Amino acid sequence: METTYREAMRTAIREALLQDDRVFLMGEDVGAYGGCFAVSLGLFEEFGPERIRDTPLSESAFVGAGIGAALNGMRPIVEIMTVNFSLLALDQIVNNAATLLHMSGGQFNVPLVIRTTTGAGRQLGAQHSHSLEGWFAHVPGLRILTPATVEDARGMLWTALEDPDPVLIFEHGSLYNLSSELAEDAGPVDIHAAAVRREGGDVSLITYGGTLPLTLEAADRLAAEGIEAEVLDLRTLRPLDDAAILATVVKTHRAVVVDEGWRSGSLSAEISARITESAFYELDAPVGRVCSAEVPIPYARDLELAALPSAERVVAAARQAVGGGG
Amino acid sequence: MTAGKPHARPPADAVAAGDLLRQMLRVRRLEEQCVELYSAARIRGFLHVYIGEEAVAAGIMSTLGPEDAVVATYREHGHALLRGVSAGAILAEMYGHVQGCCRGRGGSMHLFDAATHFYGGNAIVAGGLPLAVGLALADRMAGRSRVTACFFGEGAAAEGEFHESLNLAALWRLPVLFCCENNLYAMGTALARSQSQTDLALKAAAYELPAWSVDGMDVLAVEESARRAVDAVRAGGGPHFLELRTYRFRAHSMFDPERYRDKTEVARWTERDPILTLRRALEETGRFTEDDWNALDREVAAEMAAAVRFAESGAPEPLGDLQRFVYSER
Amino acid sequence: MVGEFRMPSLGADMERGTLVEWLVTPGDHVRRGDVMATVDTEKTVMDVESFEDGVIAELLAAPGETLTVGTPMARITPTPASVMAPPATAPVSTPVPEAEVEPEQTTPSPGARVPSATPPVRRLARGLGLDLTRITGTGKAGHVTRADVERAAAEQRTDAGAVRSVRVSPRARRLAGELGVDEANVAGTGPHGAVTGGDILRAAKGNEPTGAEGRPGAQNGPGPTPGPADPGQRATGLRRRIGTLMSRSKKTIPHYYLGTTIDLQAALTWMHAVNAQRPVSTRLVPAALLLKASALAARQVPELNGFYTEARFRPSPVVHLGVAVALREGGLVAPAIHAADTLTVDQMMERLRDVVTRARTGHLRRAEIADPTLTVTALGELGVDTVYGVIYPPQVALVGFGRVRERPWAQDGMLTVHQAVNATLSADHRVSDGLRGGRFLDLINDVLQRPEEL
Repeated sequence: METTYREAMRTAIREALLQDDRVFLMGEDVGAYGGCFAVSLGLFEEFGPERIRDTPLSESAFVGAGIGAALNGMRPIVEIMTVNFSLLALDQIVNNAATLLHMSGGQFNVPLVIRTTTGAGRQLGAQHSHSLEGWFAHVPGLRILTPATVEDARGMLWTALEDPDPVLIFEHGSLYNLSSELAEDAGPVDIHAAAVRREGGDVSLITYGGTLPLTLEAADRLAAEGIEAEVLDLRTLRPLDDAAILATVVKTHRAVVVDEGWRSGSLSAEISARITESAFYELDAPVGRVCSAEVPIPYARDLELAALPSAERVVAAARQAVGGGG
Repeated sequence: MTAGKPHARPPADAVAAGDLLRQMLRVRRLEEQCVELYSAARIRGFLHVYIGEEAVAAGIMSTLGPEDAVVATYREHGHALLRGVSAGAILAEMYGHVQGCCRGRGGSMHLFDAATHFYGGNAIVAGGLPLAVGLALADRMAGRSRVTACFFGEGAAAEGEFHESLNLAALWRLPVLFCCENNLYAMGTALARSQSQTDLALKAAAYELPAWSVDGMDVLAVEESARRAVDAVRAGGGPHFLELRTYRFRAHSMFDPERYRDKTEVARWTERDPILTLRRALEETGRFTEDDWNALDREVAAEMAAAVRFAESGAPEPLGDLQRFVYSER
Repeated sequence: MVGEFRMPSLGADMERGTLVEWLVTPGDHVRRGDVMATVDTEKTVMDVESFEDGVIAELLAAPGETLTVGTPMARITPTPASVMAPPATAPVSTPVPEAEVEPEQTTPSPGARVPSATPPVRRLARGLGLDLTRITGTGKAGHVTRADVERAAAEQRTDAGAVRSVRVSPRARRLAGELGVDEANVAGTGPHGAVTGGDILRAAKGNEPTGAEGRPGAQNGPGPTPGPADPGQRATGLRRRIGTLMSRSKKTIPHYYLGTTIDLQAALTWMHAVNAQRPVSTRLVPAALLLKASALAARQVPELNGFYTEARFRPSPVVHLGVAVALREGGLVAPAIHAADTLTVDQMMERLRDVVTRARTGHLRRAEIADPTLTVTALGELGVDTVYGVIYPPQVALVGFGRVRERPWAQDGMLTVHQAVNATLSADHRVSDGLRGGRFLDLINDVLQRPEEL
């Protein structure tokens, strides 16, 4: 069955609402409006205003309320319209959701799921386009998911709701219209392991979320040149699947990390560091990185595209890693 | 708000009043113990004591049932104690011992206790208000008749989370009792130096929730107001807001230079010591004697001495357990 | 502003130090990190360095003086970097006395006059492997300045780059070492011509590729498995690595040595009794007892068991005993017997046989090579009586056993003949001292007197 990422996410939310009375969706314009990105379209009509709960523009209060409700037996799904708005709730996410279990010596876990849109590519300018998931991946106590496929959009939510601790799901805005075949019986998927999306023995392209499609495109172009790239989709940014990263680097001896976040102090920096820490003597080339230019994402189409990772840049970085006759 | 003379309102129910006196004294003696242990370097970190403000916690806690929830601030030793956490578990926590109520992971500012629904111990000013809203939301959605009492200082009224939370709670008519402990200073900044509108009940009323101020040095007045508010909240009347006008006798944290307030101001307020006031009122009824006081004092002193022994005899968690409680253990 | 060079604290317990020698004179330019003087700290003589850039204004202490930590020893006038460049003209020439010329000058060109230079500059030239006589001095009377040396070093680097830039990937470097391939003779196919792991593997097989063949895309399946290299080549690589490691050990580890003779009469009597009950395949050899005793002793003297890295010692909670095995083609490997302190003597014997066999056939696992926490070398089978070992960094001790043989044994006024062995300890003085080292040898001795408890 051909399904879009958006529909898959909606199906996942609907399934959760049907299967567990404790689940409810809360956020700005998730109800009557149908969700800023139309993910929750139709759910308000089906489940009513108690369980599809429109909130005032009070990110800190409704994220905090989600934490409180989670502490008190509910399984809230809190939608933050975009990752840039999550900064208004940073106190609740970092100071409360991530710390309560630890500060209470294991007494209070927070089974909360936060969904938010991330990333650029839609000419939304510098306050709606940033990729800040790497920041959140810095924080112990959180689990960070980045579904990059329709299957993961369909399957990660339920597993996240079953997790006893706070889970943040970052949905890249450019993926909502992604469409692919989804099995009729598609259901929950694991949220701890990275996935090899394409096998290859010459260079490892390590990525997640919104840059997976362009990385796969780059791998196809490389194959035409005789370079077989392995594409690793991290899926979960915290905790990172170190074993999968190590395995692909040990296999190919070359790695390029593709990350839409800025390069400085980024998730790509973390992955690169881990590779040098654990697989230095397996490397045949310096670890390469393809990241966003260090500018606030501009509005103009050409400038925006120039700022973002592209298949061309991934191909170039992979060629450089392979070197020599390539 | 000025401090007046200690006034001895006759307690209507001497037995209940005697218990309030006992609860306030327990908090006072626990805090005195903390100060002593801090000075001896047995307790480290930040330490905020509640001396002078005991009537607020004692009055409000006495109106809550065992199923109700409490969210407090970093000046919460007394709240935890009166909620039912043992003085030993509180002190052991401050010692950083595994016998503490949070295994030594929280410390003075982060006391939590699942058994008594005590949700901390929140050291980000106003950060606890959204939590209280969420706890109440869950109760509402699940059809439980619990009340969540949320304590915070008047400094919180300057934070966005205060306004967002009051609005949300009132909008959704959630069972929260907002307890604003107005001790006049946010650390060292006087209310009048940080707020354009210093009448906090008026601020709250703007969100369409019943709000009034109470003499926070008079435990009987606090108890009476709290009972009225808790009953209304429990009955589905939506969130209520109490501004409790009180005063901390000691520094913000263990020691501060106190350049921000006059010694005479402190002296004026200490004359209204809530414990002293209630003791006098009780003595005037003729049903509470100096012997009763001495017996009470000895009993509380014994409780605290036992608590110190308990804390002293504990031990820190093994270092090998460092990374526990970051994620749930399944 | 004048800076002060003070008696540094060179250890947690150091209170004072004695100035042994100044390596600078007033007027010398020094830079942060330059060695200024040598100081005797009661424990050892150490080089002490400057923490600022400048010119030595005045020396305040004389050799032989003992000063408490923090006492000013010299005054340094800080100089802006620009002033560091040599003056264009040399106004007055000051001949440098012959006596100042260090005898161990790096291979001066025969017959060349050794130019004048300050000790720190000479030291720098030595460190960079430069011949001072080949450097043109631009200072007073041809005095070689720091800038001259640095310029020469930069030129040397450029020259080398013009000849050949050898980039070797970390994996290639590792494989080259393991397979005994000289990476300098392998053509690189990686980024910027870097030698890759694949290049080394091919070189080891003797079919070094040309051009596009080296590209990974052209490889057939996963890289070739490392085949058995030519033993001679393997030995050369091994010898080179041992050389590097041992040079590092001798340069960086202040060794001390202790020795004692251990009576093995009781231990061997017990062993023979045990062996008499067993088939040949499970019989014990003395080395198993010595290893077991060493492992038990190491557990009780943690200062000898662990790693010295990043300027501090990290004791190991377990004893992974490295066993030095001489290879037939020459060289040594010292694979680990893991958790040796927890093994029974029989297990120890079994592990010893296994590890020696595999070491000699080149089938060791990487973990075994990587992580011994203490090494034992028993050279008895070579007929050696006493071993004076060199520590394998980052380990901090090495235990040596010589040949087990009969010797005259005087005890209680009687002279008899006993089986005995010379046990030695080489240990790192930064971590332990003779007291602890002696305790370790004592413990080995004690254990061997009660073999039934092994």
